[in-house]
Amino acid sequence: MENVHLTINGREVSVKKGSTVLEAAREAGIYIPTLCYFPDLKPYGGCRVCVVEIEGMRGLPTSCTTVATEGMKVYTETEAVNKVRRTVVELLIADHPADCLTCPADQKCELQKVAAYLGITEIRLPRKQPEYQVDESNPFFYLDRNKCILCARCTRACNEITCVGAIDMANRGYRMKVATFGDTPLFDSICRSCGECVARCPVGALVPKAHMPPAAEIETVCPYCGVGCSMFLGVRGERIVSVRGNPEGPANKGMLCVKGRYGIAEFVHHPERLTAPLIRKNGQFEQVSWEEALDVIAERLGKFKPDEVAVISSAKCTNEENYVIQKFARAVLGTNNIDHCARLCHAPSVAGLAMTFGSGAMTNSIEDIGQGACILAIGTNTTATHPVIGMTVKQAIRRGTKLIVVNPREIDLCRDADIWLRLKPGTDVALLMGMMNIIYAEKLYDENFINSRTENFDEFVRSLKEFPLEKVSEITGVNVEDIVRAARMYASSRPASILYAMGITQHSHGTDNVIATSNLALLTGNIGKPGSGVNPLRGQNNVQGACDMGALPGVFTGYQAVDNPEIRKKFEDAWGCKLNPRPGMVLPDIMEAAHRGEIRSIFLLVGENPLLSEPTLKHVEDALKKLDFLVVQDIFLTETARFAHVVLPAASFAEKDGTFTNTERRVQLVRKAVPPPGQAKADWEIICAIARKMGKSGFDYRNPREIMEEIACLTPSYAGITYERLEKGGIQWPCPTLSHPGTPILHTMQFNRGKGRFIPLSYKPPMETPDEEYPLILTTERSLFHYHTGTMSRKVQGLNKFRSEELVEINPEDAENLGIDDGDLVKITSRRGTITARAKVTEVSPRGIVSMTFHFAESPTNAITSMYLDPVAKIPELKVSAVRIEKVV
Amino acid sequence: MTFEELRRQALIEWEEYRNNQKIRVTIGAATCGRASGALTVAEAIRQKIAELKIDALVTEVGCIGTCYAEPVVSIAKPGFPEIYYGGLTPDKAISLIEDFLIKNNPRPDIALGSLGDQVVPGIPALFDIPMLKPQVRIILRNCGFIDPENINHYIANGGYSGFNRALKMKPEEVIEEVKRSGLRGRGGAGFPTYLKWELCRKETAQEKYIICNADEGDPGAFMNRSLLEGDPHSVLEGMLIGAYAIGAKKGFIYCRAEKPLAIERLKVALKAAKEKGLIGNNILGSGFNLEIELREGAGAFVCGEETALIASIEGKRGMPTPRPPFPAQAGLWGKPTNINNVETWANVAAILQRGSEWFAQYGSEKSKGTKTFALAGKIKRTGLIEVPFGISLRQIIYEIGGGILNDKKFKAVQTGGPSGGCIPEKHLDEPVDYESLAKLGSIVGSGGMVVMDEDTCMVDVARFFMSFIQSESCGKCVPCRMGTKQMLDILNRITGGNGIPQDIDLLLSLSEGIKAGSLCGLGQTAPNPVITTLRYFRDEYEAHINLKRCPAHLCKDLINYVILPEKCQGCGICLRNCPVSAITGGKRLVHVIDQAKCIKCGTCEDVCPPRFKAVTKISGEKIELPEKPIPVTASSSQKNTADNSEK
Repeated sequence: MENVHLTINGREVSVKKGSTVLEAAREAGIYIPTLCYFPDLKPYGGCRVCVVEIEGMRGLPTSCTTVATEGMKVYTETEAVNKVRRTVVELLIADHPADCLTCPADQKCELQKVAAYLGITEIRLPRKQPEYQVDESNPFFYLDRNKCILCARCTRACNEITCVGAIDMANRGYRMKVATFGDTPLFDSICRSCGECVARCPVGALVPKAHMPPAAEIETVCPYCGVGCSMFLGVRGERIVSVRGNPEGPANKGMLCVKGRYGIAEFVHHPERLTAPLIRKNGQFEQVSWEEALDVIAERLGKFKPDEVAVISSAKCTNEENYVIQKFARAVLGTNNIDHCARLCHAPSVAGLAMTFGSGAMTNSIEDIGQGACILAIGTNTTATHPVIGMTVKQAIRRGTKLIVVNPREIDLCRDADIWLRLKPGTDVALLMGMMNIIYAEKLYDENFINSRTENFDEFVRSLKEFPLEKVSEITGVNVEDIVRAARMYASSRPASILYAMGITQHSHGTDNVIATSNLALLTGNIGKPGSGVNPLRGQNNVQGACDMGALPGVFTGYQAVDNPEIRKKFEDAWGCKLNPRPGMVLPDIMEAAHRGEIRSIFLLVGENPLLSEPTLKHVEDALKKLDFLVVQDIFLTETARFAHVVLPAASFAEKDGTFTNTERRVQLVRKAVPPPGQAKADWEIICAIARKMGKSGFDYRNPREIMEEIACLTPSYAGITYERLEKGGIQWPCPTLSHPGTPILHTMQFNRGKGRFIPLSYKPPMETPDEEYPLILTTERSLFHYHTGTMSRKVQGLNKFRSEELVEINPEDAENLGIDDGDLVKITSRRGTITARAKVTEVSPRGIVSMTFHFAESPTNAITSMYLDPVAKIPELKVSAVRIEKVV
Repeated sequence: MTFEELRRQALIEWEEYRNNQKIRVTIGAATCGRASGALTVAEAIRQKIAELKIDALVTEVGCIGTCYAEPVVSIAKPGFPEIYYGGLTPDKAISLIEDFLIKNNPRPDIALGSLGDQVVPGIPALFDIPMLKPQVRIILRNCGFIDPENINHYIANGGYSGFNRALKMKPEEVIEEVKRSGLRGRGGAGFPTYLKWELCRKETAQEKYIICNADEGDPGAFMNRSLLEGDPHSVLEGMLIGAYAIGAKKGFIYCRAEKPLAIERLKVALKAAKEKGLIGNNILGSGFNLEIELREGAGAFVCGEETALIASIEGKRGMPTPRPPFPAQAGLWGKPTNINNVETWANVAAILQRGSEWFAQYGSEKSKGTKTFALAGKIKRTGLIEVPFGISLRQIIYEIGGGILNDKKFKAVQTGGPSGGCIPEKHLDEPVDYESLAKLGSIVGSGGMVVMDEDTCMVDVARFFMSFIQSESCGKCVPCRMGTKQMLDILNRITGGNGIPQDIDLLLSLSEGIKAGSLCGLGQTAPNPVITTLRYFRDEYEAHINLKRCPAHLCKDLINYVILPEKCQGCGICLRNCPVSAITGGKRLVHVIDQAKCIKCGTCEDVCPPRFKAVTKISGEKIELPEKPIPVTASSSQKNTADNSEK
C-alpha cells in the first residue's frame, strides 16, 4: 500500500493513500475537533467543525471528506478556521439545554469537548427553550430531540451500518429532526432496537435507560448466538451496568443486536437466579449445601452401568466445560452417551460437510462474506437469528453484492434481494439440484476446479437428470424463469457464498440438503477463497465449540472417532483409564431409551432445555419423569429442571472464565466480570468437584486455562491455542501449532479429506405432508427479540415488551377461510397434540403454511412438531409438520 | 437521414409557415402570458376567426420578453408587415381582429411594433422600441417567434447546425471553441464553461453524465423557464454538443415540477428530437449516442445546487455533499458528470452555430456574450431582457425599463436573488458583468434583477431574502441551518422595533461565519443581502434600531397611519372604509385614527381623495395630532381652496 506525504501545520505526516486529511491528522496525533465524524460511517461534512485551510484549495474544506494528496499543505488552526468553528459551536450551544451536570452525557459529550477546546466562554445569541417531548417509547433507550445537534450519526448508522432505515432526517432547514416514517414514536416504527444509533450519539440525545458509567470494563463474548460478538461488560461493584460493542471484535466490529446490547444485565442479575443446590425431597425442592448435593450425586451416579446413563452437554457452556463434561462422561461414567442440542440444529452440517469436504464447519469467515459478488441465503432468516451477520450481508448488498434469498416466508432479507425464490418447505434438494442442472447445461461450472479438486463428478451429473426444470418447478412451486435467473446469477457472480441455517438442516433429509449446498459450491468452484464458501450459521454461542470439544456420542475432541483404536489409545493414555469403544446414543435415542427405561439417569448441563427444544415434548416429558436420577445444572429453574432430582446452581457466562467458539471457528476468550450469585459455581468447577467426589483423578484443574492446555495437547485443530495467544481477537481453528496464525478460510489448497466429493442426490419429500385432517404445514421461525427457549431473553422486561407471547403467523386467505381474525386465540393441532396461541394474520406466511417460534413455554411448539428424523444426522424434521388450525371459542 | 436533408425539410415547412400570402396569428402564451390572460385572449381570437370564417393559422408561442405588455399577440396579414400588439384583453383582441383583418386597420394605438422592412405609419419597428432596442437577443432569439413545439421551426432557423458542426470536429476542438468564446456558466457562479468540460473530458471512466440544471429556484426568476417554454430545442442542442465534447452517453434535464409548461415543452421536444434521430443511437450517422431523460424536482431551492441536484436524481434526499470530489470527477452515481445551466446550454448551441468569434464580440473583456435578466420590481417596463455584458445598470433600468414606476425615486437594484446584493444609485453606471458586480458586493447570479424605490425598506428586503433562505435551507450544515435562523430572528426583531445596537455587529459576525463555514453555495451566499444592505444602507438599519424608525415607512411595527389635521376635510370616506372601525370623526371634523385599534392595512390612505391627501404614514417622528376629532379649521379649508385654485 502506497503512502502519501503531506504537511499539517508544518509537520510532515505520512499516511496510507486514500486516507482523508482528518485520518492523517489523527494518525499523527494532531487534534482536529469533529462532531459529525464517526470512524465507520461515510464522511458527512455537516457539522463544519473539522474545516481546515489547504493551500491551493478554495474556501475551507472539511478535513473529514478531503482525501490527502501528495505534498498537500494543511493548516488546522488559522483565524478563518477558528472563526467558523466558534460560530458553529456558539450556534449549537445557543439551542442546547444548559444542564450539563445532570445530563447523562456529562463528561462523555463531544460538544463539551469541542466547546472546551475552542475556549467558548460566552454565547451572544438568545437561548432556546426546549420544544420537543422526549420519546421514551423504546424500553431500552430514549430520544431527547432537544439535545440533538443533527450530526446524523444515528440516521447514518441506521442506514449504513444496520441497513434498517428506521430513522432518517425529516423536514428541512431549522425544522429538520430525526424521525421515523410517519413520525411515529420509535417503538411503533421498524426500529429493531439494536442501539447502534445510541452507541454513536455524541451528546445526550440518544441515551440508554438502564446504563450507568462503569467502574471497569471487561472484554468478553456475547452469550446469545453463534456470531460471537465481542463486547465490553461495564461493571460497578458486583453488577453489570453497561454493555458496549468492541470495535476491534473481528466478528462484529463493534456492532451488537438488541439482545446483546440490552438483554444481558437483567437476566444475569435476575432475582430468580439459582443460588443454592436443590434436592427434591417429598415432591418439593429443598435447598441443601454443596457437600450434601455432591455426596448424593457421587453416590447415585456411581451406581449406574455405563449403558444406563447419559450426559446432555450444553452449547451455551464454554469449551473448557464441554471438554470436562465429555471427559467426565467417558472417563468417569464410562459412557459415550453424550450429546447436546447441536443434534437439533447443525448435526446435518457436521455430518454432511464431513462427507463432502471432510470437515463440517463454516468454510469462510464472517468478515469475508461481504467480499463476495453474490450471496445465496437459503433457509436462514439472518436478520432475526444472526442479526450482526444480517447487517454484514446488507452492507455488502449496498456495495453491489447480489443477494438470492430462498425461503418460503417473506423474511426481512427479501426486501434487499435481487431474486427471492419462494419455495415450498422441504423442497430444497429439488431446487438446488435444478439450479445445478442449469449451471451444468449452460456450462457455467468451474471446469478447472472440478478437474483438479473434486471427485465423483460424473456420478453426480447422472443424478442431475432426475431434476428437469419443469419437475423442479412443480415440486418447489417456483417459476422456471426464476430458478434459471438464480442459477445464472449464483454461477456467474464470482465469488459467491452460501449462507444457511435451520431451513436447510431441520428436515428429515437435512443431511441431503447440506450435501446439495456443497455440491453447488463445488460445481462453481466457490470454495477456498474470500467471499465464497458453504457457511452454516451456527445457532448457539458455543455450539461450534461444544461439537469441537466432543460433546457428541461418536467422537472425542476435534471429531476424533471413539471407535478408532489409535485415537482411543491416545485419550486412554492421557486420561489414565480404559475408554468405551462403542459410539453412544444421539439425543433423540437417549430420550427414547429413557422412555423405555433403558437409560435410567441423565446428567444435564446449563442451558439445555429439552422440554421446550426437543420435538414431541410430551414424549420427552414422560421420558424425563421415568428417570431414576436426573441432575440438572442451570442458572434458572427451567422447565426441564423442574423434573430433576438434584438441581445445581451454575454461573452465567459473565461469572466465569473460558472460551467460546463462534460460527466462524473463532475461539474467543470469555472473561469473568462479576461473581456468581449466592453459591452458584462455574460448570467446570461443579463437574470437577463431582468427579473428585467420585474418587477420580485428572479433574484437578486450577483454572480454565489449564483445561485449554489439556485440550490443545489432545486436539490437532486446537493445538496452537493458548490463552496468551487468544488475548487479541481470538484464533480460528485449525491452528495446529503455536506459531500458526489460525485459519480464516478452509480448503484453500485442498479439502480436509483431500478432494471435495460430489454426492448424487434424489428428491425425498418431507415425511409429513398436508392431508384432509391436517391441511396446513407448520414451520418454525424466530423472533429477533428472543433467543431459543427464552430462558435468558424472557427474563428481560424490555425484550418482552417487544414480544411477549407466541404468535402463529397465518396467511390472510387461509385466515379468512377459517374465519380467523388477527389477534384471535387459536388451537394448533397435529398428530402429536394441540397447543394454543394467538393468530397473527400476515402475508409473510404463504398460503398453506403457518409458522411459530419456539420461544414461549406456554405455547410449546415442539409439543406438536414432527418426530421424523434424518437417518444420518438424527435431526428431527422441525420445519415441516402437518397441522390444522381452529379458532378457540 | 442526413442533417442537410433534415434542414431541407425543415426549411420547406418554415417557408410554408411564413408564407406571406396567408394570415398568421401568434399569441405569447408561455406562463407569464397565461398569467396575464393570454389563453382567454387566444380563445376569443380563435372564436372570432371561426365566426368570421377567416382562414388564419393561430399558433401559441413563447415570450418576447415584454412582460409589462402581456398578453402579446402578433398578426401577419398579406400586404402588411407582421405587427405585434400588447396589453390585449379578449374584448380588445376581438375588436383588433375585426379592425385589422376585416377593415384593414392595423390599430397603431395598441401596436407595440412591426417586424421587417415594411413600415406602417404610427407603428415603430419592433426592435426599435425602447425596451427592445438596447437588447441583444441571442438566447431568446426564437422566443415568441417560432412554435416551440415544432422542431422544424427550430431547425429552419439554424437549429442543430451547431451540433452538426460539432460532430465533424474532435471533442477537444469543440472544447477549444467554447474556450475561445469566453463563455462562463450562466447559472450564477460564472465558472469558465470550457474548464468544467475539460476536467470531465480528462476522466477516463466509460460512464459519464451530462445534466441540465433547470431547477431555477430564485424567487421571481423566470429566465430559464421562459427559454424552455419558448425554445426548448436550443437547450437540447447545447446538451448534445456538451455530451459529445465530454464523452457522455446519458443526459438528464432536472426541471422543477412547479414549471408544468416548461416540462410539457421539454417532453414534446425530446420526443421530436428522438423521432428525427437527433437523440438516440448513432446520431446523424456519427457513431455518437446520447439518451436524455427528464427528471422533475419537487420545488426545493437547494436542489439547484449541483451536488444536491445529483442526490435528487439518485433518488436520495436533496442535500449537498462536500466538494472535493467535484462532479467532474465523481458526480452522478460516482461517475464524471458535467452540469450546466439551461442558459449556458443555449449559449453553447449558439456558439457552435455561429462561431466563438461572433460570440466574443459581445460583452466585456472577462464576461463575454449576453445575459438574460428578469427585470422586475418598481419599474415601468418589467420583462425578460437579454443584454450584452458591459451594459450599465442605468441603461437597463432607465432605457430598457423605462425608469421607476410612478416616477418615484430609485433606491436600489437587487441582483442575483437570495444570493446576491442590493446596489445603490451611486453605482448605477457600473457595467453589469461578473467582476464588477462582485466588487460591489453582489453577483450576476442566474439573472434576477429587482428594482426598488423609495418605498422599499432595505432592512425588510434583507429580512425577506433571509426568510426565503430559512425555508429552503436543507438543514445539513450548522452554519446555514442555525446561523440563518439566528440572522432572521435578529432581522425580525429589528423590523419589529426591538433591535438593539449590538445587532449589527452580531449580523456581520454571523455572516462571516456562515459565509466561510457553510457546506454549499446556498449557505455561503445567504448573508449577501444582509451584507450589501448594511454596506450601502446602514443608516436604515440604524434608524430602525436606534430611532425605532423605518425610513421607507414600510415596517408595520414602526409606522403609524395618521390623518393630518391641516389637510383633513372631514369627508368621512376613510371612516366608512376602515375595516376595524379605528377612525372616529364626523362631518367637517378632522378624523382621528385610534392607534391601538389600527391594523395598518393602509385602506384609509388608499381611499382618501387625492386632492386632500390627508392620510400619511409617519415613522419615528413626532407630530401634533388631535386626540379626538376637532372641527376642520377655516384656515385649513381656505388652504385647500387655494390649493385647488392652483390646479
